[in-house]
Amino acid sequence: MTLPSPPLQETEPTRSTTPVPRRRRSATLLAGCALTALIALFALVSLVWLPFDADDTSGGRLAGPGDGHLLGTDKLGRDLFTQLMTGSRIAVEAGLGSVAVAALLGVTLGVLAAFAQGWLDDTLAAFLDILIAFPTLLLAMLVVAARSATLGSAILAIGLAQSAVVARLVRILVKRVLAQDYVTAARTSGTSWPRTVAGHVLPNIWPTLVVNLALQFGLAVLAEAGLSYLGLGAPPPNASWGRMLQEAQATFTTAPAGALAPGILLVVLVIGVNLIADGLRDTLDPATRRRRT
Amino acid sequence: MTPVPEPKDAPEPGGAPGPTPVLELTDVAVRYRGADTDVVRGVSLAVEPGRSLALVGESGAGKTTLLRLLLGLARPTAGTVRFDGEPLAPRDRQQMRRFRRGVQCVFQDPYSSLDPSRRVAAIVAEPLRSLGLDSRTSAAPKVAAALERVGLPADAGSRYPHEFSGGQRQRIAIARAIVCDPRVLLADEPVSALDVTTRVKVVDLLAELKEERRLTLVMVSHDLSVVASLCERTAVLERGRLVEQGDTDQVLGDPAHPYTRRLIDSVPRLPV
Amino acid sequence: MTLHDTPRGPLLDVRGLTVRTDDGRVLVDDLSFTVDSGERLGLIGESGSGKSLTTLAVLGLLPDGMTATGSVELAGTQIIGTPEKRLTAVRGRDAAVVFQEPLTALDPLMRMGRQIAEPLARRTGLRGRDLRNAVTEALVRVRLPEPDRIARAFPHEISGGQRQRVALAMALACDPGLLIADEPTTALDVSVQAEMLDLLDTLVREREMAVLFVSHDLAVVARVTDRVLVMKDGRAVEEGPVLDVVTAPRAAYTKALVTGARKLESALDLRSPR
Repeated sequence: MTLPSPPLQETEPTRSTTPVPRRRRSATLLAGCALTALIALFALVSLVWLPFDADDTSGGRLAGPGDGHLLGTDKLGRDLFTQLMTGSRIAVEAGLGSVAVAALLGVTLGVLAAFAQGWLDDTLAAFLDILIAFPTLLLAMLVVAARSATLGSAILAIGLAQSAVVARLVRILVKRVLAQDYVTAARTSGTSWPRTVAGHVLPNIWPTLVVNLALQFGLAVLAEAGLSYLGLGAPPPNASWGRMLQEAQATFTTAPAGALAPGILLVVLVIGVNLIADGLRDTLDPATRRRRT
Repeated sequence: MTPVPEPKDAPEPGGAPGPTPVLELTDVAVRYRGADTDVVRGVSLAVEPGRSLALVGESGAGKTTLLRLLLGLARPTAGTVRFDGEPLAPRDRQQMRRFRRGVQCVFQDPYSSLDPSRRVAAIVAEPLRSLGLDSRTSAAPKVAAALERVGLPADAGSRYPHEFSGGQRQRIAIARAIVCDPRVLLADEPVSALDVTTRVKVVDLLAELKEERRLTLVMVSHDLSVVASLCERTAVLERGRLVEQGDTDQVLGDPAHPYTRRLIDSVPRLPV
Repeated sequence: MTLHDTPRGPLLDVRGLTVRTDDGRVLVDDLSFTVDSGERLGLIGESGSGKSLTTLAVLGLLPDGMTATGSVELAGTQIIGTPEKRLTAVRGRDAAVVFQEPLTALDPLMRMGRQIAEPLARRTGLRGRDLRNAVTEALVRVRLPEPDRIARAFPHEISGGQRQRVALAMALACDPGLLIADEPTTALDVSVQAEMLDLLDTLVREREMAVLFVSHDLAVVARVTDRVLVMKDGRAVEEGPVLDVVTAPRAAYTKALVTGARKLESALDLRSPR
């Protein structure tokens, strides 16, 4: 049941929802940013410096930590830490790339679908539902078959799959905004449709959209790990966390570090972006947004 | 488009033909996609300058549909909508600009009618900016004047809608509607979402604006006391048909149609 | 006509009721009033006056994030601090409620007949055909045409006025000692509102039921109640017989309310003398 929390006087602001205490809000965001920044730092450093060469197998198979190998080596003798760093870069690239594809396609498609009337509207809605029901994995295999197993293919596949989810969300959000009287007021004020979209629709959907895209980032990272695990992601020698997991699987009992380390980083990154999404939701929601001066 | 033959006399037989109506509906009907009956049918009415018109009826009577026609937001399935005597043509940019400038609107729900992501000054400036009447700088004094006119504090423009109460939000909406000096103000249940004490103040404000700006109101309302306070003419709608129209005094004082009678009798009154 | 023992003293006794939010805002402030058996009290106030919260507190239905202190005794049962489990028995038996928007009060996925049957079966123990007849009877009592069709309908398939009648039938099905009506006609058209008020008036009079009627509209409250309590910002500002309050308001706020209502009404009177 929703309760009216209307003004006590004419001067009081109205429809104030119970405010989330500021400290907790920024704590969530801060923790998320810290976790994510850790991985991002890894990824950035990996661009300019790596402890070992990616295909340097001089460390000996499944060696323990030591001799410059912070976490030891894998079954081919490659340095684990080096692979983790490369993996961070690939994970961040996969996340950013997929979300970029999903945002670009999803928002465009979603806005167009929201404006569609009649049969076109129904058709687009059905099309999006089908695309969402279509397994990401199958889509990825099709893309890989059409192109080749590269990080780009994986990003394209994940981005395509996610764009349907984003488009469906955007369609609903835009429709909701279009039903508001302020959009009608814009029309009766002579505001053109493009200006209405830029000036009224996008500003009012972006808080929800940004939160969703942050969540999609986490999902994309997981999806890329999954694809790499199946050999559909970035090809060797680019170590993706997913492939590291797959390769360490057989030796998990003897050398658990090879599977644990990428697993932990994956969890850290996903939790990090999810916390960011949570924190953003609280900060950006217009209903909980406090007075800005 | 073939011109619909003009009725020889305006809706009221016997009355002298007045000045050209600002807005006029001639025998309009509206049917929504997929529906098998018309939402409104056979409705003819005219909005004459200085003669504010109330559209009265209960839910489902088609009041809001008529308002959307008068606002140029919907097109009739039959009949014509005229602005200053010319059929309204959404493709005629020149005419639409004149139309938008001359006809503004206030909505029922003061929460949904203001964009929560914009500052009040930007909201009120929208008609000026969108109609290309003013630049950002030249709009500012007009916006400030409009906000002051509706009785809002001087710093209101730099704040966001959620900082205001329902009554104040409705004032902001009124400021937006009058900022470009329209001739006609269409209002959809402008006070029904407000508390009684606030309602009285907003009704007073509308009455003052009517006087000093020579505004003609076209008001959709189910509240007969508000209608009686603000409108010279009243048209009563029942299930998509116009059952009675005329001077408010006559329609409310001596209703010709039983439906009107029933509406009047239903208004709860304070014991004397 | 309550089956259980009629307690001594008023049916509803509210003393020092205070409702606070978790962050310390006081929404209802030290409110006291009583409703005797068969008496009709109107709670009047504008949005934010705390009138709706008061009815929720009386039923022990305050939402999360709000707490009530003070005392609310309903037919001898202390509501405040009583565990939810025991309150369920009190609601319906001693007090039933009709809210402003019946669409949110009715289960959208349940046919009307079943929604009425549930409280009815609980109270009377009727089953099968007898229960169906009782449901039809309950619908006839609130003057719904075609009761059988309504019983088979889902909430969205009937009009707002009909839904509110069904909600009233549900509330009356338990034959409560107190009927709480929270803006029951605000969402309705005027002519439907007039019929609904008539119906409410007749039904509670017949059953000598007590009524707590909450509204922002003085004229509506005056139509069904004997005594009114005027609320502003969570406090009671004036209390007395309806006629006195409406004709000779004492508190400044009540004066403003009455003047406002009269002012709008006078415009109508001028055009359409009663």
